[in-house]
Amino acid sequence: MADKNGFFDLSKTTLSRRTALKGIAAGAGLALAPGFVRYSQAQSSAPIRIGFQSHRTGIGAAYGRWYEKTSAAAVKAINDAGGISGRKVELVIEDDGTDPARGAEVVNKFAKQHKTDIVFGTLFSHVVIGSAPAAGENKIPYFVVSEGHHVASTKLNRYVFQPGITDVKSQIQSMAPWIAANAGKKVTQIFPDFAFGYDHRDYLPPALKAQGADVIAQIAIPPTESSFTKYFPQIPAETEVIYHVMVGPAVLTFVKELGEFYGSQRPQLFGFIDSLEAVDINSPGLEFLDGSHFWEGSPRYAQPDDSAAQKAYRAAVGIDDNGAAVGDPKDVSTAAHMFGCWETLYVVKKAMEDAGYKGPEDRAKLVEATEALKEFAEGPEHPQGPKTFNGKIHQCFGIQNISKVEGGKLKVVHKTKIEDGLYEPEGDYTKQAL
Amino acid sequence: MHFGPHLLLAALEGLVTSAVLALTALGLSLVFGVMRVVNVAHGEFFMLGAVLAWAVSTAISGHPAVGFVAALVIAPLLVGLVALVAERLVLRRLNYNPEGTIVATIGMLYIIQQLALTFYGPEARPVEPPFSYRILLPWFGYSGYKLSVVAASAVLLVITWLVLTRTRIGLIMRATQYDRETAQAFGIPVERVYAGVFAVGAMLAAIAAVLIVPISQAHYLMGQDPLLLSFIVVIIGGLGSLRGTVVAAILIGLSDGIISMFFSPTLAKIIATLVVAMVLVFRPQGLFGATSR
Repeated sequence: MADKNGFFDLSKTTLSRRTALKGIAAGAGLALAPGFVRYSQAQSSAPIRIGFQSHRTGIGAAYGRWYEKTSAAAVKAINDAGGISGRKVELVIEDDGTDPARGAEVVNKFAKQHKTDIVFGTLFSHVVIGSAPAAGENKIPYFVVSEGHHVASTKLNRYVFQPGITDVKSQIQSMAPWIAANAGKKVTQIFPDFAFGYDHRDYLPPALKAQGADVIAQIAIPPTESSFTKYFPQIPAETEVIYHVMVGPAVLTFVKELGEFYGSQRPQLFGFIDSLEAVDINSPGLEFLDGSHFWEGSPRYAQPDDSAAQKAYRAAVGIDDNGAAVGDPKDVSTAAHMFGCWETLYVVKKAMEDAGYKGPEDRAKLVEATEALKEFAEGPEHPQGPKTFNGKIHQCFGIQNISKVEGGKLKVVHKTKIEDGLYEPEGDYTKQAL
Repeated sequence: MHFGPHLLLAALEGLVTSAVLALTALGLSLVFGVMRVVNVAHGEFFMLGAVLAWAVSTAISGHPAVGFVAALVIAPLLVGLVALVAERLVLRRLNYNPEGTIVATIGMLYIIQQLALTFYGPEARPVEPPFSYRILLPWFGYSGYKLSVVAASAVLLVITWLVLTRTRIGLIMRATQYDRETAQAFGIPVERVYAGVFAVGAMLAAIAAVLIVPISQAHYLMGQDPLLLSFIVVIIGGLGSLRGTVVAAILIGLSDGIISMFFSPTLAKIIATLVVAMVLVFRPQGLFGATSR
């Protein structure tokens, strides 16, 4: 038939010499092009690029802003001291919209488009849980500052780490003795109806039980709720302590309505500062919190016994003694969590240097080097306090602060010990394939 | 808590929701009734009202009531101005085409929301109520301010009704709503009426927001819930019917308060949405809406 030119003749599709030469020339040209030169140098002096998944918009936006400020300050401090293995560090920031689906897209974008060395970031537990599979698929290390128990539960994957902030299970376990001894034995829990809230729902009752106290009611509130009075009749009258964790912008309403409901005859209040991060404790309506207690990861207000490292950290990030931005007392920080960004970046530095990390081909080595870490001493790199690290569950353990609202400030009244928060590992990431 | 006080608390909460909802939905309904424009950005005018209320009340020192009253006057006016500009720049150029305006108002929603995020920030900020009187009932305490919101909203609804039915402006608006072309033939400046109605609709949402902001702070994402609920109310009540809007707002607000207190808030939303579906199937013009000619 009419296959004169031999288009369909498979025997003729071998490379001619001319085609081969053309291909080689084009390849060489590409390699000599400016972009390629930089890439070939990447292993020696080009910056280490850290993809920062940030809550720029959505309900986590206040956290995102301060996470960015803290991370920028840490990167500056690391670079001023010579960078990581002599290479500068560079943050590449993408907005995850505080949304799990977008979170996963952002991780993919870092891995495939920006080709960052690692991904670092975010707070909200549902975003971390939604993004973790993408990190595993791309085999890109994903360092989170999220506080939830999801990393330590070993339900995520080998590429996800939480070395800079403790997890909720550990926090609850170390504070339960104080709650039972000082606040009361009959506890009603109010928590947001999603992953982070469920950590509290699941781990508080056993932790209190061990101290001879009981959770007598659990009230889940949808995270988008804007009015709370309707839930208060569910609080049993014999409640001695209301344990509240309310993440989201509606917390002021929550406190105010609680105040209107109870007046001065209120039960004890114990809360997680998460609700009041970036909110001035002296806002109108919050008078009701006077005398109540809060968990704080790192204290918002400067304390009399602050270490030199803590003072230096606060100055570097740019927060004053009240935990607000220097020069703008109304711009209150998320001090109880954002220290985790600072500490995580120093953990990344340590692990990269231990691994002799050169580029994305060394990501597996970086995972193993991180897993090999055991403890972080208190100091300029870890201003919140000393920590231990369990490489099997990719989670650090540290001290917790319990603070009392007193005279319009938060005063630390109790610090837990690292041992108080240790628990049996629920699994072992190191058994997963890399 | 016993059943009686429990029900009372549920009803009070429901009334507050109804009051704010009625004002917001009335704005949406007015805009649709007169202009046939489905304003998806309505919730953002609500948010803008709250954010501006915060800005005004923090700029004015002295007793919180002074700042609040100033906010109640200034914030809606500014929001009305923004709406007027949006109407001139966007809706008029689209000839109020129904499909075009939906897409355009979706765009406005995002623009207003992101501008608020850029200039106001992601924080939720409180506005001090003009007075904080706690009504002490034998079983629980309740905010006096919340009850005053219900009263204020009722007064505003009556005023709107009077304007619509007893004044020349109201007559012109109703004439435009009834038949645009005939109204124009009788010398009514239809485009000016449209501009005015769009501004007034936005201002009603802004007033509702200023009233609610001392209860639930200003936040750049706060416009989403009111938008959804307003649509529910307007569909149930009948687009363009003032009476229907008010009745539906009370119905939805009270049922939301009571069902969410005795059962769960999710169930309340499920039922509200189910009612919307039923109304759309069996009475598409809404409970009080007139059948389209």
